[in-house]
Amino acid sequence: MSAPYAKLPAWADYGLIPLINLIVAFAVAGLVVLLVGENPFRAAVILVDGAFGRGQNIAYTLFYATSFIFTGLAVAVAFHGGLFNIGGEGQAYVGGLGVALVCLAFDGILPWWVNFPLAILGAAAIGALWALVPAYLQARRGSHIVITTIMFNFIAASLMVYLLVDVLKPVGSMSPQTRTFLEGGQLPKLNFLLEAVGFSVRSSPFNLSFLLALVCAFLVWLLIWRTRLGYEIRTQGFSPRAARYAGIGEARIIIITMMISGALAGMMALNPVMGDQNRLQLDFVTGAGFVGIAVALMGRSHPAGIVPAAILFGMLYQGGAELAFEMPSISRDMIVIIQGLVILFAGALEHMFRPSIQALFASISPGTTGLGSPKREGV
Amino acid sequence: MDYFNTLVVILDSTIRLSIPLLLACLAGLYSERAGIFDIGLEGKMLAGAFAGAAAAAVSGSAWIGLSAALLVSTFLALVHGFASITHRGNQIVSGVAINFIAAGSTIILGQAWFSQGGRTPSLGADARFTAITLPGAEALRDVPIVGYLYYELVSGHSALVYFAFAMVAFTWWVLFRTRFGLRLRAVGENPAAVDTAGVSVAWLRYRAVICTGILCGFAGTYLALAQNAGFVKDMTAGKGFIALAALIFAKWRPVPAMFACLLFGFLDALSIRMQGTPLPLVGRVPAQFFQALPYVLTVVLLAGFIGRAIPPRAGGVPYVKER
Repeated sequence: MSAPYAKLPAWADYGLIPLINLIVAFAVAGLVVLLVGENPFRAAVILVDGAFGRGQNIAYTLFYATSFIFTGLAVAVAFHGGLFNIGGEGQAYVGGLGVALVCLAFDGILPWWVNFPLAILGAAAIGALWALVPAYLQARRGSHIVITTIMFNFIAASLMVYLLVDVLKPVGSMSPQTRTFLEGGQLPKLNFLLEAVGFSVRSSPFNLSFLLALVCAFLVWLLIWRTRLGYEIRTQGFSPRAARYAGIGEARIIIITMMISGALAGMMALNPVMGDQNRLQLDFVTGAGFVGIAVALMGRSHPAGIVPAAILFGMLYQGGAELAFEMPSISRDMIVIIQGLVILFAGALEHMFRPSIQALFASISPGTTGLGSPKREGV
Repeated sequence: MDYFNTLVVILDSTIRLSIPLLLACLAGLYSERAGIFDIGLEGKMLAGAFAGAAAAAVSGSAWIGLSAALLVSTFLALVHGFASITHRGNQIVSGVAINFIAAGSTIILGQAWFSQGGRTPSLGADARFTAITLPGAEALRDVPIVGYLYYELVSGHSALVYFAFAMVAFTWWVLFRTRFGLRLRAVGENPAAVDTAGVSVAWLRYRAVICTGILCGFAGTYLALAQNAGFVKDMTAGKGFIALAALIFAKWRPVPAMFACLLFGFLDALSIRMQGTPLPLVGRVPAQFFQALPYVLTVVLLAGFIGRAIPPRAGGVPYVKER
């Protein structure tokens, strides 16, 4: 497909345009706040203060961000392979099963630092398996991965309800959740990190999986830009025909990419299940799989963009909770709108402002855009 | 007779439960046949349901509710069109965005305007599309089997139910017997050919997404004004995605779409009915099994084990005019 857009300087491409898209998304969200009858600027102040005002709040912000880094990376890896993994929600949900099974089996016997790697493996393996079926169907049978991953989200939800209600629930308990894990199934908190920098944190769910998320972000960067497999994934995503021509096995790349993506999504479960609630309960993912889409789009599928984007969404989650407290007419669902607007403006409408920005650049300095440059035409 | 009665009750609720699926499925049919993938059916339906319920609650008229639902749903459809036709954005991304915007804003606005935890006020009979009794239904009620079926199954639904079934025939006629339909299908298979013939691809696709918006509005209206008496938060509960599954199951054809929606509605009715009742031979089947069945069936179909579902060829690909 021919790219209908001329080139812009890199800083405009990776900085200016995403920024403008983001500003528009937040401006529209501000209009919604206005429609509800509140002051959007006051809302923004409360939100930012609620997210970063005190050490406690920062810890919560980073706790939410941890989940979003995992799911954002999951979506991003798939994006690089030209695949849209909309099934992060389901993969994370069943990933929780991997964490829970490890913890339930070993929490009384082994210390957490042995169980942690096992739980990582469990979550990643089950998440990857859940992505394997849609990947296989896309690679071998040509069924559209978007549709199959959506279907697998619903299948995961039904499966987990069944497992939690009928299988994993301890005898005599009413609520559909597993028993609480013992010491060996609980990740240490990272509150001391914030306290070391001078903040005071009373108690927060901010835990070790944050560091794991950062490691994963680094590993994803390494994989995508510094390995042969990553090169093949990007080639496949950029031009499937070129990839085929270069002898890159299409089916193999689709399956491997999706399994990596599913594994990353599955690992998101570590954060709430092993790090916070210490048991597997219904709907613990709470939309983090979908937030990953917005995070990946905003972070332009690059780990260096995904981590800040995830922190931004963590801020919205934590600040949104405080906002709901201060302005009762705004509930946490405001985040869902912002998420939708970010996906719309940073994703679907990402090229909306490009033509006018190009025109602007061309009028300021004709050489920078490659458009309307008389000198170049002569060459 | 007891089994017969149970069956009739299940079939009756099958019809009720499959109508929102059917309307949303037909909605998706127009858009996808024109080459615009739409996974935002869910969001448009939800926004339509909210707008319909809110307008009906304020005005007290079901028709004003319906108009509001159609307007809002069509607006969202146009946003999808604007992103995917005019700006050649990713259609999946745009659909996801619309789902989120609808899910969030219905709750926020509902809470702000009505302060009932995201619900709209309960609607009276005038503000709803209530059941209508077809002529002769009362008289034929006592005729065994046929008259009883007519009374229980065919009669006694809201006007939107009959509208939905009429839309199946109408959609078939539009798609396969009119010039607009021929062009619509062509633009989903080979937009360049349509362009060469001097027909505007963009305008044709815009008309298709408008059809989608209108039908999603009807689906939402049915949910809020006929099936229920008001809007409850997240009331679509994945129906838009089941409709999408039904659309694939029906291989993008209107009449099979009706049967697919009836099948999925039947599964839903069965799962409600079967809760806790053991089946012969297999014992108690968990309700989640029936809930997951539409999705599992769709995946099996997509895998090509029961026929092959081939989407419109230009689906999901933005059209770039040759320059």
